[in-house]
Amino acid sequence: MRVMAQMAMVMNLDKCIGCHTCSVTCKQAWTNRTGTEYVWWNNVETRPGQGYPRTYEDQERWQGGWVVKNGKLTLRAGGRLKKLLQIFANPVMPSMDDYYEPWTYDYDTLISAPLGEHTPVARPYSLISGKPMNIKWSANWDDNLGGSPTLTREDPILRKINEDVKLEFEKTFMFYLPRICEHCLNPSCAASCPSGAIYKRSEDGIVLVDQDACRGWRQCITGCPYKKVYFNHRTGKAEKCTFCFPRIEVGIPTVCSETCVGRLRYIGLVLYDADKVLAAASQTNDRDLYQAQRDCFLDPSDPDVQRAAIAAGVPEDWLEAAQRSPVWALINKYEVALPLHPEYRTMPMVWYIPPLSPIVDQVTRTSAGDAEAHEVLFAAIDSLRIPTSYLAELFTAGDVPVVEAVLKKLAAMRSYMRDINLGRDPRAEIVESVGMSEEDVYDMYRLLALAKYDERY
Amino acid sequence: MSTTAKKPGSNGSGDAVLKMGRFFTRRGEISDDGRTITREGGRGADSFYRDRWSHDKVVRSTHGVNCTGSCSWKVYVKDGIITWEAQQTDYPTVGDDRPEYEPRGCPRGAAFSWYTYSPTRVRYPYARGVLLEMYREAKEHFGDPVEAWASIVEDPEKAARYKRARGKGGLVRTSWEEAVELAAAAHVYTVKKFGPDRLAGFTPIPAMSMASYAAGSRFYSLVGGTMLSFYDWYADLPPASPQVFGDQTDVPESADWWDAAYLMMWGSNVPVTRTPDAHFMAEVRYRGTKVVTVSPDFADNAKFADEWVAIHPGTDAALAIGMGHVILKEFFVDTATPQFVDYCKTYTDLPFLVTLERRGDSFVPGKFLVAADLRDDDWTHPEADSLNAEFKTVVLAPDGGPVVPNGSMGYRYGEEGKGRWNLDLEGVDPAMSMLDVAAGDTYAVEIDLPRFDAPDGEAGVLRRGVPVREVAGKPVCTVYDLLLASYGVHRDGMPGDWPQSYDDPDGVGTPEWQQSLTSVPAAQCIRIAREFAATARDSGGRAMILMGAGTNHWFHSDTIYRTFLTLTTITGCQGKNGGGWAHYVGQEKVRPHTGFSQMAFALDWQRPARQNISAAFFYLHTGQWRYDSHSADSMAAATGKGLFAGLSPADMLASSARMGWMPSYPTISGNILDHCDAAAAEGITPQEYVLRELKNGNIRFVAEDPDGEGNCPKVMTVWRSNLLGSSSKGNEYFNKILLGTDHSLRADVAPEGHRGSEVLWNDELPEGKLDLLLTLDFRMTSTTLYSDLVLPAATWYEKYDLSSTDMHPYVHSFNPAINPPWQTRTDYAAFSALAEKFSELARVHLGTRTDMIIAPLQHDTPDELAYPRGVAKDWRRGECEAIPGKTMPKMIPIERDYTLVAQKWSSIGPLAAKLGMPTKGVVFDPTPDIEKLRQHNGIVRGGAGAGQPSLARDRDMCEAILHLSGTTNGRLATEGWKQVEARTGKHFTDLSEGEAGKQITFKDTQLAPQPVITSPEWSGSEHGGRRYSPFVVNVERLKPWHTLTGRQQCYIDHDWLQEMGESLPVYRPPLNMTQLYGEPEIGQPGADGVGLTVRYLTPHNKWSIHSEYQDNLLMLSLARGGQAIWMSVQDAAKLGINDNDWIEAVNRNGVVASRAIVSSRMPEGLVYMHHAQDRTVDVPIAEASGKRGGIHNSITRILFKPSHVAGGYAQISWAFNYYGPTGNQRDEVTVIRRRSQEVTY
Repeated sequence: MRVMAQMAMVMNLDKCIGCHTCSVTCKQAWTNRTGTEYVWWNNVETRPGQGYPRTYEDQERWQGGWVVKNGKLTLRAGGRLKKLLQIFANPVMPSMDDYYEPWTYDYDTLISAPLGEHTPVARPYSLISGKPMNIKWSANWDDNLGGSPTLTREDPILRKINEDVKLEFEKTFMFYLPRICEHCLNPSCAASCPSGAIYKRSEDGIVLVDQDACRGWRQCITGCPYKKVYFNHRTGKAEKCTFCFPRIEVGIPTVCSETCVGRLRYIGLVLYDADKVLAAASQTNDRDLYQAQRDCFLDPSDPDVQRAAIAAGVPEDWLEAAQRSPVWALINKYEVALPLHPEYRTMPMVWYIPPLSPIVDQVTRTSAGDAEAHEVLFAAIDSLRIPTSYLAELFTAGDVPVVEAVLKKLAAMRSYMRDINLGRDPRAEIVESVGMSEEDVYDMYRLLALAKYDERY
Repeated sequence: MSTTAKKPGSNGSGDAVLKMGRFFTRRGEISDDGRTITREGGRGADSFYRDRWSHDKVVRSTHGVNCTGSCSWKVYVKDGIITWEAQQTDYPTVGDDRPEYEPRGCPRGAAFSWYTYSPTRVRYPYARGVLLEMYREAKEHFGDPVEAWASIVEDPEKAARYKRARGKGGLVRTSWEEAVELAAAAHVYTVKKFGPDRLAGFTPIPAMSMASYAAGSRFYSLVGGTMLSFYDWYADLPPASPQVFGDQTDVPESADWWDAAYLMMWGSNVPVTRTPDAHFMAEVRYRGTKVVTVSPDFADNAKFADEWVAIHPGTDAALAIGMGHVILKEFFVDTATPQFVDYCKTYTDLPFLVTLERRGDSFVPGKFLVAADLRDDDWTHPEADSLNAEFKTVVLAPDGGPVVPNGSMGYRYGEEGKGRWNLDLEGVDPAMSMLDVAAGDTYAVEIDLPRFDAPDGEAGVLRRGVPVREVAGKPVCTVYDLLLASYGVHRDGMPGDWPQSYDDPDGVGTPEWQQSLTSVPAAQCIRIAREFAATARDSGGRAMILMGAGTNHWFHSDTIYRTFLTLTTITGCQGKNGGGWAHYVGQEKVRPHTGFSQMAFALDWQRPARQNISAAFFYLHTGQWRYDSHSADSMAAATGKGLFAGLSPADMLASSARMGWMPSYPTISGNILDHCDAAAAEGITPQEYVLRELKNGNIRFVAEDPDGEGNCPKVMTVWRSNLLGSSSKGNEYFNKILLGTDHSLRADVAPEGHRGSEVLWNDELPEGKLDLLLTLDFRMTSTTLYSDLVLPAATWYEKYDLSSTDMHPYVHSFNPAINPPWQTRTDYAAFSALAEKFSELARVHLGTRTDMIIAPLQHDTPDELAYPRGVAKDWRRGECEAIPGKTMPKMIPIERDYTLVAQKWSSIGPLAAKLGMPTKGVVFDPTPDIEKLRQHNGIVRGGAGAGQPSLARDRDMCEAILHLSGTTNGRLATEGWKQVEARTGKHFTDLSEGEAGKQITFKDTQLAPQPVITSPEWSGSEHGGRRYSPFVVNVERLKPWHTLTGRQQCYIDHDWLQEMGESLPVYRPPLNMTQLYGEPEIGQPGADGVGLTVRYLTPHNKWSIHSEYQDNLLMLSLARGGQAIWMSVQDAAKLGINDNDWIEAVNRNGVVASRAIVSSRMPEGLVYMHHAQDRTVDVPIAEASGKRGGIHNSITRILFKPSHVAGGYAQISWAFNYYGPTGNQRDEVTVIRRRSQEVTY
């Protein structure tokens, strides 16, 4: 056992309002500078949608992450020879068009325009070429299903699921997916770097680019399947989300977390056994990866783990933090948080609670019963407006029952709490039917619903 | 130190790369399996990010105007530069068992600091070059600024020249000194030549920067200028609230959503428009609260809903009536729910008696039976001759005897009512229905009820029976009986035309009937109604409807809202935590209301202030009235008496103005100062003089002759607002008529014979009415582009101010993170300078003059007793005597020493203590607090304010507001409650006396958001740390609502509402623009055969707060980079439009050039142009006009509803931002066309 500590995050997508406050505060704090105009360390995607950069999840095309070839874990983009051959050529990576061409406007003309025929107007011009431009794409172009008839179809996940998802008004669904760097246990960006400039901090697992060491090969951009390493075209170096380490180090949550008005982000320490990572990432079946990654995690209440952690240099107060970690609880205790694209095999450490969505209308269109009854809610899970297969492609490599189990827990919590809300005796059988105790459901309810500052971070 | 041993399971490709890495560099620790590299934080190389994070200080501030969020922010400063902002998280807790308010904020607010140093920042004072040149030349010639100004505006050629240049560039830098001089000269000239009521100030939403609002409004009030309303103008005022509650708006704080057990979001897109509060909605679901979204599109909040109700836009009232039908039938008629019935008897007008009036072979509901009616030949009720007996409404006891219960308006005023203005029924159990009266003599009659559900909206009649009894010789039934008839809930023995079942599509009121109008399945309507009512019953009233612009911005929003309020009222949810209505659009709650209104309107120096209804003001002075060819009676019901026959909307407005119902400034022809002089010369009072001249027609109301010589506003100042790029409904009319510049107006004026019958028609259409448009702003907007003078304002991170909201119960502060940069100034400093210069110029030109304010009859004062039974009587038409304050406006002379304006502006006047500070009928005495303010702010030495507390600085203003309000001063609150106790005879002081020693100071608000104190300024209670919910004081303490009956009113008997057919909640469809204005029908091409006609809605934008932030680069980068119109896949296909194509929206009012966003979340036949995307960013020349493509309001216009200018009677009386015509804009249609994709600018 080699105990390591990892700073990790869980986002409860069920609460995400898609407001992008996280994106703006992150950008203002970190990347509103020349060279990173197009860079959003934190972005929020409307799903279904193409994401940023567009179709980044299409690994056939972008070649990110790891694959198992002949039982061996290898970078999808290729091994040594290929990398060496490519090193001075353009790696497979999104172009400016796939991110977007950043722009601004000649705002000054609003004040300085001489007396003329028309009302002055600020026209857009490119921050890359400096020339007037016709805006055609952005980091969030398909927000709220904008352009859905043509754009949504290109969503790689939508193309993957066999279900016939009709993009019709009556069947509309959407949800939001905020994304930052995954600070993976098995980061393919680091493994891709010819300069060894990307490293995982041994104390907290934050993945950083050494700005002195980066030589701008951009192999990391190819290597990262989440496309969360960016190229600063002014400095010629790679940059990425730092998990706000200057804040984390002094006990303040990341900017994106603290400013999240949906109150859906949780930060916490997770202990894991570094010796297990490779084997876990090398599972042959993609659908075993979720469980395999969880098996790497160590129970911070286990005395053996505690001893090993101390021996490995984990400070005692970190141990306590790991025990109180909401991330640990949501992943391992309540089992409602899931990893994003475990099939990329990077062992991502930003996990998600999948969203419920309008449900009752599907079921109750035909029945006039109590739409809040748990039987109705459970039956409704498989007729959610958001197809569970879509969520499964995001979080469980397509394993639908795992997603359904999470959604049922959320539904059971609501149904159980409703009785308490209305002053009736709570019914244990509701939560027992999803394998939870009344205590656990209540604790989970506190964490998800009350979500006090001190309990989120 | 690293090892490279290969581990089984790895094929080495990963470590191969790392090996390569080690070849280039040697650092870090490679994992045993060679896969990854770990290092103990490479601190040196990461210094860039550490440096980036480091900062010098963090300052608390917030964002003013525009937004009701009132979020407290941390503004980071480094090297004297504002770097970024993040939300504060230090709100006082709302309880261990609830989610907290932290963090409050949204992406718009998070992007604010971009403005500070952006290229759109107004850094210096600017003036239009053409005008400035003229002014400098004239000044050179005349020496005197006022004479110089006169020489320009009185020269038609010169005036037209600079006015035509408006909006076309050519702004040049000037100095503060010159700019202020020019502005002051224009003000002084206008007062001297036309009178002070030709000055107008526009600034909205004081709650989010009270001192900045007050700075200008205090100046305008002191000189006698007019402050324009905003809440009604924005159509955010829900007129249903004054109608039903007698209250402007009072709503739950967002943390009270957590108390709800059933939550409907109905036309309120919470994640977008209440971003910082949305989490409560998301979180309360985890308590098992069901969440329902009603929205025409798959809105952002539909994602959270258990159920999405996709409704046809504007038909919401039909759905609510269908739900009401189910609830009334199942929870009242079939099985009485005691909890609901008891509530209705105590807190609503449902048991009150309404007389039935004979109309042909039938009856129509008439006026409330009042105590004054309770007499017969041989019998007189003891209350029949009591004071205000015409304002005491009546119920029947179970034995059939009439009872005059406490609490009606008749008990609110006068000595006799003391101790009886309460909701205590004192043991009487009023009959809900005449059928409940045991004794005989109940019979059934058929009544005619108005209906408007015909496809073309034409008025019809519905004949249904009600049980009736004779009381004092009059046939009467209860409001409940009428409601059942109106909602189609049949009871045995009732004659008439009734639906057979829920499935009856023709039965007005049924679920099936609503489906035919709304497209919402009847089964869904029934299910939600049952769940709503059952949850309300089981939870003790914790069922809530969040409603917003989606349902409130319609022409007939009040009828829509009244159907909602019927749902929350009959189920006993109003006045309960977690229940009732929750109206969230533009609602502004200046929690420290009393001190604010004293200071902002200079009531400490003189009373009253001129306060106007903006929709009427702009309707008249942008000439929109001339383009209305329909008669007001086209809006009336088939059950009406013909009161509106032959009258244009403008005629109605004029009538309302002269009856004293609504304010109207400029008020009368001629200069009011000159009229007062003339009166003095004759040795009579100004009242006598003006009344005489009005009667003999020598003086006319401006509303009767809006285009008469000099009958228009001459100077308008806009601050904290982008009026022209945002709320100017009928923007092109503004451009053409108010400003006299280029426009894209395509409409024709009303043809002869369709111009009403009373308002004078002037064949010459005046253009360029305004002589000066002055704007204070920190960024460039349509308003600054069209202004003659632009003054550079400090931003919200550069000044001191106060913020509050009804979304949370705290007061907190603005503080400067940096000093105002370049030549910018705070609004406070700017108006201080203007007041100084004005006073200086006044010494020569004005001196002391007598002004007379012609003021409307006001709500929450005895004025509201002026028109008993709501009977309209117009003295001009000979229907009554003209008596100021009774049948016409009040006339109140005020002496103004114009040379002392600045001195008064900067000190607290004596009237606050001398006369007290009235708020909603409670008069607060601030004598000890004024003394405290002397210590706090310093004492003024010399001048008009000698010995008084100073208001020299913005912080002084903030202190004054906090010290003079009950919500922030526990002593005042408690004193106020004592007055309520005296009037009601009930107990209230315990609500605040525990905090009687508490005074929130500005310093406190700088430290953290401060929770407020429960005060009679509002209807809810924060007592004991509970969540604020409106009307809990009324429900728990039996304090009457400020209505005629003292109860929540389902029934309204004002003549003009009755004429509209709106005595009861009723369904009225969106206006038919084909009938009114000849627009093509929805689904048809435009007049030239091109394009497609669609409904045009302008909901709130995800990427801006009104026009703020829409020009912000961060928001533009996350959105589409410029103006956009959302449309359905089907409509786009019909027009060959692809996503992001350039399109144009065209109708008679103007044209908009925009991009298209095509989306499956939009229903067919409807487009959204998220509102207030200004023309300043990436808007090309429009094909349709050859001019700069417009703004969202280029294709809307003002359409006001006659019942919204009703007044003079009980809760249907005017107060500022309380009641008045709304600037609604949702009923509009437009033709969408694909245009050439080659655009020019």
